[in-house]
Amino acid sequence: MAIKSVKWKRVLIVLGLGLAVWFIPFPAHATTPAEHTFQVNASRFEYSPNTITVNPGDTITIELTSTDVVHGLSIDGYDLAVTADPGQTARLTFKADQQGSFRFRCTASCGNMHPFMIGKLEVGQNILFWRAVLLSVLTLVAGMWKFKS
Amino acid sequence: MSALQEAPWIEKVSEAQDAVLMRRGPVSSGRVNLFRIAWLRPLFKSRWPQFVLRALMLAGFVFAILAGLFGSVVGSHNFAIIFVWIAWWSAFKLVFVPLGGRSWCSICPIPLPGEWLQRGGIFHNGSGLGKNLRWPKRLKGAWLQAGIFMMIGLFSALTLTDPRVTGWVFLAIFVAAIALSLVFEKRAFCTHLCPIGGISSIYAKPAPVELRVIDTDICAGHAQKTCYQACPWGLYPVAFRDNTSCGLCMECLRACPEDNLALNLRPFGVELEKPKATGRLDEAFMSLVMLASVLAFAAVFIGPWGWLKSAALEVGSISWTGYAAGFLTLNLFVVPGLFWLAVWAGLKFTQVKFSFKREVANLSQALLPLGLMAWIAFTISFALPKAGTVLWVINDPLGWGWNLLRPGSEVWSPEVTMLSSLLQAGFVLIGLFWSSKVVNRLTGASFRRAVPVLLFCLLFSLVILWLLVG
Repeated sequence: MAIKSVKWKRVLIVLGLGLAVWFIPFPAHATTPAEHTFQVNASRFEYSPNTITVNPGDTITIELTSTDVVHGLSIDGYDLAVTADPGQTARLTFKADQQGSFRFRCTASCGNMHPFMIGKLEVGQNILFWRAVLLSVLTLVAGMWKFKS
Repeated sequence: MSALQEAPWIEKVSEAQDAVLMRRGPVSSGRVNLFRIAWLRPLFKSRWPQFVLRALMLAGFVFAILAGLFGSVVGSHNFAIIFVWIAWWSAFKLVFVPLGGRSWCSICPIPLPGEWLQRGGIFHNGSGLGKNLRWPKRLKGAWLQAGIFMMIGLFSALTLTDPRVTGWVFLAIFVAAIALSLVFEKRAFCTHLCPIGGISSIYAKPAPVELRVIDTDICAGHAQKTCYQACPWGLYPVAFRDNTSCGLCMECLRACPEDNLALNLRPFGVELEKPKATGRLDEAFMSLVMLASVLAFAAVFIGPWGWLKSAALEVGSISWTGYAAGFLTLNLFVVPGLFWLAVWAGLKFTQVKFSFKREVANLSQALLPLGLMAWIAFTISFALPKAGTVLWVINDPLGWGWNLLRPGSEVWSPEVTMLSSLLQAGFVLIGLFWSSKVVNRLTGASFRRAVPVLLFCLLFSLVILWLLVG
């Protein structure tokens, strides 16, 4: 009975810690929303820069310029897209109102690796990733319970 | 009994006898014998359901070859690329392997034509064309399968995106399977060369399905060994200790006159929690190659690094040579080296006098849940956003402008960003927890022996999380 009770206590502790890691809000850096313009070059399965970092609430303008064939850009989680013809620049303005890391992808068939032409929009902290990192450590501790020293 | 069941090498069981055998009780605790469930039994007993599925798969495979060779050169408009690498791969990784172990092998179409030629008939044994030589002993094990999987990984950016290359690769696999059936006995290609068989083989261990003998004494007293005679893989079910070899073709179930074989549903992972008596370094190597490959695939296909994608695609160029060197270094040295270092450190800390090779083979079993879950997470990362394209290529499989289903002009693209990221992180965490539990059991809960391997698992988890959702 005592062993079972200890086991349940441990399960409850880990579950509690897990829930805490998942639900406790991360400290947010208070920032004043700003406007940013990024010039993004698209060519042969690559965006340059391939990562755009902004703060939540910022207004973003992406000026997409294609340097070879037709390329596009749509952002996971944001219902918007733009297409740029070769040598032309297309603009996309939106408010970064969702926090986290989002892939942006090419929307125009541009060659073999087109489905995997990907960039990253990072809006504030990538909370999902950091929660997953903390949960990994907790998971490992939970898996090591029965160890002898 | 159907014509399909009337194979001459199989002893017949009368329906009355069948009913008596059916009344036997459950075979072992924690397991449910699916072959004893009345409504499921005919599905396994008759060859027709399996044959129909395999015939459909064969038609699909031949069509994929033709689509690859003659359809649109645009990968995202070609059945060979989208249906095979999105739909089939997702089904294989998300359903067949985790839930059914080697269940894909039971309906795989690739060995069919070779097998028909080898035994000289589709349903009956005739005057076969095969030479039926034994497979060379030196080439046994999972080494070749791991090597072939690495080669596919080396050329993956091209194979997975270029319909012509996919078509030629499938054709080469098809011809190789037929040729090997004509030279070697049984399913030589499946057993020793097929990389998909290699993946299924190691990840079948944690799967919740097994095929086992119920009572070995009954087999000992049965001189004919009809199960062995019937097995197209050349296996004797009494020898099954794990799931790695059996392709779940069900022939032994059908052939056994004593109904002494069970297709069991069992808890996930029970096979991993016992230290192995013999070390299988080939399986350890395969599981390490799977870990290294999923890292490389995630970096190339999901990462934002265009230079890496171009390098992986431009086969033969200087940049590809660099990519190939990096890929092989990761697969052959970095990941195996770190794992071996972890195992060595564990033994060193505990001063336990175990064979190092056996310890590597033993503890590599703990990498299977993590590897399986990492592959599931990677598959979700590209399959969910591209799910809509499957309907698109069914509508126009060759990319010739057909409109068979008339679905409208837009490709359906589900908004699954949050769900996809949550699922990916969740599966990696499940894999890590499961692996740490297996390490716990395999090391006899020895903290010092286990910690280095656990740290290896944690490091791998953090890297794959960063690549997928970072």
